[in-house]
Amino acid sequence: MIANFGYGSLLIAWLVALYGIGAAAFGVWRKKPAWVDSARNAMLLTFPLLSLTALSLILLLVGGHYEIEYVAAVTSNSMPLYLKITALWGGQAGSLIFWSWLMSAFASAVTLRKWERDREFLPWVIVVSLVTLAFFLSLSLVVENPFNRLWVSPSGKVVEALLQPSGFTLFTQGDGRGLNPLLRHPGMIIHPPMLYLGFVSFVIPYAFAIAALLTGRTDDRWIRITRRWTLVAWLFLSLGLLLGSRWAYDVLGWGGYWGWDPVEIAAFMPWLTGTAFLHSVVIQEKRGMLKHWNMLLIILTYALVIYGTFLTRSGVIDSVHSFARSAIGPMFFAFIAFTFTASLVLLIRRWEALKSEGQMTNLFSREALFLANNLVFVLITAICFLGVNFPILTESLGAIGEALPALRNIFTAQKVTVGPQWYERITAPLFAAMLLLMGIAPLSAWGHSTSKTLGRALWKLALVSLLAPLYLILTGGRSLPALLGLWLAALVACVTLYEFWRAAAARQRTHKENFFLALWKLAGRNRRRYGGYVIHLGVVMMALGIIGVEMFQSETQGPLRPGEQLTLGQYAVRFDSLAEFPLADGRQVARAVVTVFKNGVSLGELYPRSDFYPEAQQSMNIAALHSTLEDDLYILLVDWQPVSADGATFKIYHNPLVNWLWLGGIVFILGTLVAVWPDKEPQAVARRLTPARLPQAPEQAA
Amino acid sequence: MIALCPALFRTRTLWARADTAAILRRAVLTMFCLGLWLMPVAAFAQSPTPRTVTDDEVNAIAKQLYCPVCENIPLDVCPTQACADWREEIRLKLAEGWSEAQIKQYFVDRFGDRVLGAPPPRGVNWLVYLLPPLAVIAGLFLLYRALTSWLRPAGAHPSLPADLPQDEYVRRLEEELRNRDR
Repeated sequence: MIANFGYGSLLIAWLVALYGIGAAAFGVWRKKPAWVDSARNAMLLTFPLLSLTALSLILLLVGGHYEIEYVAAVTSNSMPLYLKITALWGGQAGSLIFWSWLMSAFASAVTLRKWERDREFLPWVIVVSLVTLAFFLSLSLVVENPFNRLWVSPSGKVVEALLQPSGFTLFTQGDGRGLNPLLRHPGMIIHPPMLYLGFVSFVIPYAFAIAALLTGRTDDRWIRITRRWTLVAWLFLSLGLLLGSRWAYDVLGWGGYWGWDPVEIAAFMPWLTGTAFLHSVVIQEKRGMLKHWNMLLIILTYALVIYGTFLTRSGVIDSVHSFARSAIGPMFFAFIAFTFTASLVLLIRRWEALKSEGQMTNLFSREALFLANNLVFVLITAICFLGVNFPILTESLGAIGEALPALRNIFTAQKVTVGPQWYERITAPLFAAMLLLMGIAPLSAWGHSTSKTLGRALWKLALVSLLAPLYLILTGGRSLPALLGLWLAALVACVTLYEFWRAAAARQRTHKENFFLALWKLAGRNRRRYGGYVIHLGVVMMALGIIGVEMFQSETQGPLRPGEQLTLGQYAVRFDSLAEFPLADGRQVARAVVTVFKNGVSLGELYPRSDFYPEAQQSMNIAALHSTLEDDLYILLVDWQPVSADGATFKIYHNPLVNWLWLGGIVFILGTLVAVWPDKEPQAVARRLTPARLPQAPEQAA
Repeated sequence: MIALCPALFRTRTLWARADTAAILRRAVLTMFCLGLWLMPVAAFAQSPTPRTVTDDEVNAIAKQLYCPVCENIPLDVCPTQACADWREEIRLKLAEGWSEAQIKQYFVDRFGDRVLGAPPPRGVNWLVYLLPPLAVIAGLFLLYRALTSWLRPAGAHPSLPADLPQDEYVRRLEEELRNRDR
């Protein structure tokens, strides 16, 4: 009953979305605003309908309706309530429903804004949003239906279908298979919603961009309207990536935070193009330039959002063959091809109208440096795209080798792995260039910076920043990449802090305020700029953590009997005891007690453990951490030999500076919140400036 | 072994009162005994018993190899039984005296190029090494072209286009800062 209800509301939502697309297009075509209003209502209606769908699925998950295939696959009796609820996005079918629900929420929110000044955008924003939503609903209706039941034939054959097949009866089970143990972690509970929120909210600026192309409004109005939406999307995507990294660090048990896995990269690529877009729209707002480029970037970001979902949902990463087997893959591929091509065609049609209004005056102006920064972001995206798709490419190109034996040595059809060593080697110079630009650009001015003025502003700070690598050399560091990375991070920190100090000191002098009040008010008056600088400081802190782990991580592993110890650098870990016991949720836990010593001084006990999930027949090694700002000692109980009280194998990682990565992440998010925070009274800001001093009437930010 | 060679340990006293024949006779006997003593050592050198290999030595190689069954998981941390067996195989090979390169090649021969962390540079794989630098060069060229085509003589249009109201504040701030720097 609940399943039928959920599927019914899903079907109605899909029909309403199709109606909304048709009504909006018809309203524009026949110039009938009533049809556009009707489409707007349809858009708004999809949210309650999909809320009912999501609620139905949650009720099924919580109620233990194991006759539903999805429920049986992702829940079990032993799982706590909160995990049963979050199992909504624990599997493919549920996560697509969740995606659609979030999409309808965002699209509904955007239709509720005031449209008086931008009425011509409304129908096209509705069309783009609803086309995207209808596509995802189609996937749920046709291919990945979470309401499918399990049916059994008299011969014992079990099939999955929504409606009862002839001769089959409902297959009821007492328990489900349960959520993948790797996903039973607080980070993984919040991480997918954050990523999905980032994904769906990037649809909104794309929808406005397409609306601008369709209506022929070539000014930067669409950018000003969606500025905050874009920042919100970027905030969620950043949060999703950070939480995913922390989850990997805590749960995956390899002592790292980023493995250049295709699923990680799938979320990283739209973040990269989104970051480029956030920088380049400022050039269009200030100089009337890069209109084509901004359109291209948001089209690319949207395509990468859909492609990211496609990569993680289609199974295409595993093998090109699974792409052929999965029906979801070709549908995604067709949708991406259609939307990307249609967007490019629209852009080409408006190419002439989108010509730049301004011109550059100097190669060292801020707009030139922003453009260089865009190039870096896009190049990293392109490299990520190549790396993710290369295994599929080599496998596919094998067909040439099979058809032409002369080329068999070139097109071997051998599947290859493109792992971290490739990504790190190829992207490292680009990340260095990114840091360099972050260090230089804040000192440049719009329009009129020259190499001379920039050099004059930079050289003292560059000298100060050399103290950081000098310190590393004095403490024994000889790694050239580490020295370079540290110098660049120090340069960004010096320049950013100098910018804060310079502006706050100027304000302090003119307004007679104390320094901190001046700093606070300064940030409040231009949140985007100073929020951006706080983000840069967050990046510097994260860079420190990355340099620490990537360049100076060390590890050791070995079997220990009680009383024996493993040594790693200044640290020693002594195995004291081990206890094995079951938990109420069915887990079998093996928990070791170890004592950590640094330079012979005891730092206390830690408890690495291994949790075995009998229903999934899977173990999870939960690391014990000794964390300081200086480093992490990351201790794992590994199962290279049977774990028992008489002996166990331990693996220890020493991760220098890694906590700067997480602290930097927090600063990064705080900076984004500063940038995204709405102004209290935008009218008041406008009133403070006299009309004579204003070059044009103030515009309301969205 | 030592009990078999009493002559060896009496040699020094023999030198004192030896005639040449006796010395030669005893030298041959000594060499025979030495030969007997060293024989097992030489035999050991030809087929050594496996040495103890540490987990760290196994991991040093395993972390460069990727699980042929699970996607994108290095062999040193992969939790599957298959990977545990392959790690044990690395340990055995190391104990038998195989080099790191030999072990990696052994896994490539068995499971294909996918066990390596990066595509080996041959055939179509060259693309993954050539395309990124080409993209960087092309990007720099396009950036240069774009910048130079947009460049106009400085001072031709000194005024900046209109900014947002809050940017007016920034403009004033910048002006104050410029005045202060002078």
